[in-house]
Amino acid sequence: METLVNKLLSGPVIAINLGLKLFGVSLEQQGTEVVQVDWAPPAGGDQEMMDLLDDLL
Amino acid sequence: MASGFVIRKNQYYDSVFLMSVNRRISEVKGVQQTAVLMGSPTNKQLLLDVGVKDIQIDAAQPNDLIVAVIAESPAIVENVLGRLDEWLEALQENTPSLIVRTLEDALSQKPNANLAVISVPGEYAAREAKKALEARLNVFLFSDNVSIQDELELKQIAAGRGLLVMGPDCGTSLIGGVGIGFANVVRRGPIGAVGVAGTGLQEFTSQVHNAGSGISHAIGTGSHDLSGKIKGLTTLAALDALEADSQTRLIAIISKPPAAGTLSALLERVKTLKKPVVGCFLGVDPGLISGIPNLQHARTIDDAVRIAIMCTNEQAVMPAGVLTSEELAAIRKEKKVRLPEQKYLRGILAGGTFCYQSQQILLEAGYTIYSNSPFDQKYQLDDPDHSVMHTIVDMGDDFYTVGKPHPMIDGTLRKRRILAESRDPQVAVLYLDFILGYNASMDPVGELLDAILEAKRVYLQRGAALTVVASVCGTEADPQDMNFQIKMLQEAGALVFRSNALASAACSELLGQG
Repeated sequence: METLVNKLLSGPVIAINLGLKLFGVSLEQQGTEVVQVDWAPPAGGDQEMMDLLDDLL
Repeated sequence: MASGFVIRKNQYYDSVFLMSVNRRISEVKGVQQTAVLMGSPTNKQLLLDVGVKDIQIDAAQPNDLIVAVIAESPAIVENVLGRLDEWLEALQENTPSLIVRTLEDALSQKPNANLAVISVPGEYAAREAKKALEARLNVFLFSDNVSIQDELELKQIAAGRGLLVMGPDCGTSLIGGVGIGFANVVRRGPIGAVGVAGTGLQEFTSQVHNAGSGISHAIGTGSHDLSGKIKGLTTLAALDALEADSQTRLIAIISKPPAAGTLSALLERVKTLKKPVVGCFLGVDPGLISGIPNLQHARTIDDAVRIAIMCTNEQAVMPAGVLTSEELAAIRKEKKVRLPEQKYLRGILAGGTFCYQSQQILLEAGYTIYSNSPFDQKYQLDDPDHSVMHTIVDMGDDFYTVGKPHPMIDGTLRKRRILAESRDPQVAVLYLDFILGYNASMDPVGELLDAILEAKRVYLQRGAALTVVASVCGTEADPQDMNFQIKMLQEAGALVFRSNALASAACSELLGQG
């Protein structure tokens, strides 16, 4: 059975980039489809609030 | 001296972007010190350490931007902080074209996405990686400071779903010719690779390309994958994937020493593979990896390249494994102009694997090498900021890089260290590595050139000469113009080598008698 890893290697890479925009730009420069997530610490970085959100979702 | 700061609530930027703003501001005339960072607890502590203290800074949150400036006059501080939006906007231009707010939005834009590239701060990384795995995405996890328990959990989830987690602390991968993170521009070909060692994987893939062959995929696993706790979960998954991949005819494993139990499990898996395997396990006794019919041992990364090319019968030019007669002649010439007190080597390296491989080669040649990341724990530097006798440091180590850019992105840390080493009259050889490729500094040699020339000048003033050895990891297709980078080094009087192993062999020759 073809796994999701095998599918990735068969290509093409289609990427979602969370974090350094530089990495997304370099993927785009290589002709790779990429979506940049405009990431920021969830719940303003409040760990307790993040845990609460995780429990709710 | 004057100082000031501004806090922008809920204005989040990534660390590389903030470093570029920081650099731009620090270039303003009259600015003494700047800090451009988010209000995380670690960053607030960094500000406190440099004497920037205020109740508003204490109250800042990880989503809040803090910009602090120390300058010669209040007018300069006011001018810099007043122009903040200008700096932020000017540098924002270089972003990917399609931007969304959440992972869910990204998946609705690209429902066929197959990879999440995650480089958020470590404390949030496992959470995002887990969400990505649950959305059936493979993960490239650049972030470090992820706990070993979280890493294990992520890799177990991935194993259960037929997914791959490359990382945490994974610097590079090449998937079907696409470079992710710090990767070189390398042609596609029959050689697959798996590597715990980031710069080791870059060295291997670049050299395969430079020899005329190519890479099917090079899968980074993250630095802890072969630990006793993780037991090589990603390495084993990568071996299975490369075994099944029709493009891959041979698999190379590039690693630092695995935990004992992990090495035996890995070797058991290698035995079951039908494809030939080259194992470059730096720092491992070759006796431990003998007797497996489809596994060939490579002592160095260069050896791994030679064996891989030989086994795949490519029409490739085998790279020379030894120093040429011209190189040996140049080394003899350098040794002639040395003063008797010049005895020691100082390696100021950006690549962790390079630091390790250099130590292996020099220890085998009979030299004792001290390091912040020692091959042999006996030779751990007491103070990583101060070299003793023969020293090779990995300047990408956390000791140097907390709150500061990695030397592969920015040369500032290494520049200071080169100048510090030049004050020691006992140094004979200064060894520097230069790593090209996507996301690395666009001018790694240019950034250090003044420091190299200054160090040489200091020695000339003493009536001595400093030998500078350099290795360049990269390909002609890399964005930095490799030939120009090499030319700058040669014009500065450096002895330039095309691999870390050859540069280390040159250092050994330079330290030898006669």
